[in-house]
Amino acid sequence: MDAQADFREQVQGERAYLMRYASLHLRDSAAVEDAVQETLLAALAGETAFAGRSNLRTWLTGILKHKIVDAIRRASRDVLPSADENDADREIDRLFRENGHWAEHPAAWSDPDAALEQKRFFEVLERCLERLPRRTAHAFMMREHLGSETEEICKELGVTATHCFVLLYRARMALQRCLDTNWFGRR
Amino acid sequence: MNLACKEAARLVSEGLDRELPADERLRLHTHLAVCRGCKAIADRLGFLRRAMRRVVERGDPGKS
Repeated sequence: MDAQADFREQVQGERAYLMRYASLHLRDSAAVEDAVQETLLAALAGETAFAGRSNLRTWLTGILKHKIVDAIRRASRDVLPSADENDADREIDRLFRENGHWAEHPAAWSDPDAALEQKRFFEVLERCLERLPRRTAHAFMMREHLGSETEEICKELGVTATHCFVLLYRARMALQRCLDTNWFGRR
Repeated sequence: MNLACKEAARLVSEGLDRELPADERLRLHTHLAVCRGCKAIADRLGFLRRAMRRVVERGDPGKS
C-alpha cells in the first residue's frame, strides 16, 4: 500500500470516533454527518499539513472543532430569538421576589462531586441540556464544551456582549434548577 | 452598596466568563460571605463547570 492510501485509510479509521465527538456538540444528526464529512475531506486535502505531527486523532479533532463551530453558527442564524427564550427569562424572574431577594433560598448540594463518578448523572445532565432554548444551548456549549471566549461566542451568534452574558447566565440558572429537581433533590 | 441576590447571581455567572472589575468582585464576595442562598448558587455553578469539563474529557481524544 502506498503512503497516500495508507494515510487515507488511517483518516477513515477515525470516522467513528469523530462522529461520537461531534454528536456530543450537535443535536442534529445530519449536521453531525456533515461536520465529520467536511473534516475528513479537509484532512485528506491537507495531508501535508499533518506531516510531522504526532497524533492523527488530535489533529482531526482540531479540524472538527472548527467545523462544529461553523455548524452551530449556521443553525443559530436560522433561529430568531424564540418564545422559549422569553419563557426562560420569566422562569428566572420567578426565582426572585420584587426586591431582588430569593423567593426560595437555594440550598447547598451535598457532595456534588460524587455525582461525577456516576454515569446516570451525565444522562440527567444531557437531558437538562436538551431542554434549553436553542440559542441559549449553543452559547453554553460553545463556552463550556468548546472552551470559546465570550467575544467569539457573541461574534458567532451575532449578539452583543451583554446579551452573550445573559444567554450564559440563563443557561446556567436553568441547568442548576434542572439538576436540582432531577438529581440532587431526589436523593 | 448592597447587592440584591438577583444581581449577585448574575455576577456569579458573569465571573465565569470574564474577569469582573475589582469593585464588582468585592461587592460580590462581600455578599457571598453573608448570603447562604447566593453562596449555594455560586457553588452550584462552579460544580456545573466541573461537570461540563468532565463531559468534554469523557469524549476527549486519547481517553477513549
